[in-house]
Amino acid sequence: MLKYILRRIIMLIPVLLGVAFCVFTLLYFTPGDPARMVLGDLATDEAIKEFRDKEGLNDPFLVQFGNYIWKAVAHGDIGRSYSSKRPVMQEILTAFPYTLKLSAFAMIIAIIIGIPCGIISAIKQYSWFDTITMIFAMIGLSMPVFWLGLLLILFFAVRLRWLPSSGFSTFKAMILPSVALAAQSISMVTRMTRSSMLEVIRADYIRTARAKGQKESIVIGVHALRNALIPVVTLCGLQFGQLLSGAILTESIFAVPGVGRLMVNAIMSRDYPMVQGGVLFIAVTFSIVNLLVDLLYAYIDPRIKAELK
Amino acid sequence: MDNMLDIRNLTIHYEVESGTVHAVEGLNLTLGRGESLGFVGETGAGKTTTALGIMRLIPNPPGKIKSGEIIFDGENLLDKSEAEMRKIRGEKIAMIFQDPMTSLNPVMTVDKQIAEMISLHKKVTKSEALKLAGDMLELVGIRRERMHDYPHQFSGGMKQRVVIAIALACDPELLIADEPTTALDVTIQAQVLELMKELKQKFSASMILITHDLGIVAEICDKVAIMYAGRVVEYADKRSLYSHPIHPYTRGLFRSVPDIDEDVDELPVIPGLMPDPVNLPSGCAFHPRCSMATEECAKVRPEMQEAEPGHFAACPFCVKKFMNGEAL
Ligand SMILES: Nc1ncnc2c1ncn2[C@@H]1O[C@H](COP(=O)(O)OP(=O)(O)OP(=O)(O)O)[C@@H](O)[C@H]1O
Ligand code: SF4
Ligand SMILES: [Mg+2]
Repeated sequence: MLKYILRRIIMLIPVLLGVAFCVFTLLYFTPGDPARMVLGDLATDEAIKEFRDKEGLNDPFLVQFGNYIWKAVAHGDIGRSYSSKRPVMQEILTAFPYTLKLSAFAMIIAIIIGIPCGIISAIKQYSWFDTITMIFAMIGLSMPVFWLGLLLILFFAVRLRWLPSSGFSTFKAMILPSVALAAQSISMVTRMTRSSMLEVIRADYIRTARAKGQKESIVIGVHALRNALIPVVTLCGLQFGQLLSGAILTESIFAVPGVGRLMVNAIMSRDYPMVQGGVLFIAVTFSIVNLLVDLLYAYIDPRIKAELK
Repeated sequence: MDNMLDIRNLTIHYEVESGTVHAVEGLNLTLGRGESLGFVGETGAGKTTTALGIMRLIPNPPGKIKSGEIIFDGENLLDKSEAEMRKIRGEKIAMIFQDPMTSLNPVMTVDKQIAEMISLHKKVTKSEALKLAGDMLELVGIRRERMHDYPHQFSGGMKQRVVIAIALACDPELLIADEPTTALDVTIQAQVLELMKELKQKFSASMILITHDLGIVAEICDKVAIMYAGRVVEYADKRSLYSHPIHPYTRGLFRSVPDIDEDVDELPVIPGLMPDPVNLPSGCAFHPRCSMATEECAKVRPEMQEAEPGHFAACPFCVKKFMNGEAL
């Protein structure tokens, strides 16, 4: 098992190098002079030349890339933001806890609502509960998050004045953004739980459990659920990875100072080091979450665990 | 000998898109204590459905027991509540299912799956149940050290042994084995059958053995019931059935069993196909395929008649001929 984890971590290296290379190249060839971006239109030519020399912007492409990687690995330095002048790493680490909290809340909501709804829908297939749940899941899936976010703000913040529409410091303020972000995940988790459960409750080993004289609650709650959750765990992990990296819209609407908003601002102001660092950071988080999901997967499915040995 | 199981007029339907599947249609069957019955029929005849009906495990929807009685130990199982049935399943009636590959829970170790059965019906602690589970495994010929393994770590034959261990763990009065060996390859088949024969003796259980294979029946069973399109068409003890089958369908089955002594190029098969269970033929369901069919056969559904003591067949013409000593 340990060997497998190590191998997976080593396999991450080329992936991350690849991501870094792509982002670096893309931004390198984007029109616009970073020196001008930083110093402003009024800067003298001398100042610009000096900045380019200092930042190594005149070096050949590969040298620049090599320097970038070297600094990242050796010093955890992935550049300095052009606009705030603070280290990119520091900016990201300040923003990340917000994103993490937001994603975690959204994921918890999705699991708490999605899994029970999926189970009930499956064991009461075609009942009114199932029909209504599936309609809501459809709506949740197809409703764009910015639209849902605005509706939530209009209703709960502007009209009812129950919850604040922005800021992310109190528990109350976290409710609306978490719900908006969770909507798609709830729908996906519900649908996945339902279909997986539907498949499992027709399985022969469920019949075996019933033939033993086992109670229906245990047949469903233990025998069926444990098997049905295997694909749901994967989905939740992938969803969580996606939430962590893609809460950009939600963060913008609800003014949550997370990584997503940091990235949007960086892109708008052509803050290259910030964009580069942000993308790299997202790639790393995504890979780590994926690795964790695979390990969890092996933990709940003995067939996979056996393959890893 | 009193009858431990007496099925009367059992009718089980499945509602599907194309209509009603008459899986079991007015089936009658009896089984004495300690006897083993071979339950033979083509695929789709309704054998598994009958077995699941006895266990009250027909998937609903789409299936439903429409009418009839299943008298087990003097009580009608169809009147039992779900809670009462749970006491009977596993403890009084145990079932071995058709496919060992999918009959075990893939995420549970086998000792736990056997122990679950024991804990449900015996007053034992968890660790005692696990110990008994290990004993059961040894009984079916699997080393105790393997008890913490998962099903995927076993071969098909071993899985079927585990399934047998589960079924016998609580010493049931009646064991229903649904084609316990069809999914296994031939050498393993023989071993598993041998094991079942041995254990049946040891546990002195009655048994219903569902199969397509008349050879297996000859080896293990005392009685034979031949099923066709949801009904039993012939029922007798093994000796009389094998020496002089009466129903045309049964005789067709025997003709299609290869005989090593005879050198034939082609097996005579019963012409035609199993009837569509959604639209069963009127009268005798076998009449479209029967070489002896008369107009009468398409109109009246033949009842079981006793041709000689203990030998019943659902074909009045053949029974009459047999009793008159005419050749069939
Ligand atoms: N869950 C179900 N839904 C709908 N129809 C079913 C269902 N189970 C069985 N049937 C139908 O009922 C009939 C009897 O099926 P059954 O499984 O009892 O046959 P069988 O004699 O056990 O056949 P086999 O030898 O292939 O196992 C078949 O026509 C089958 O298609
Ligand atoms: S009742 Fe008629 S159709 Fe049916 S088996 Fe007898 S002869 Fe054939
Ligand atoms: Mg069957």
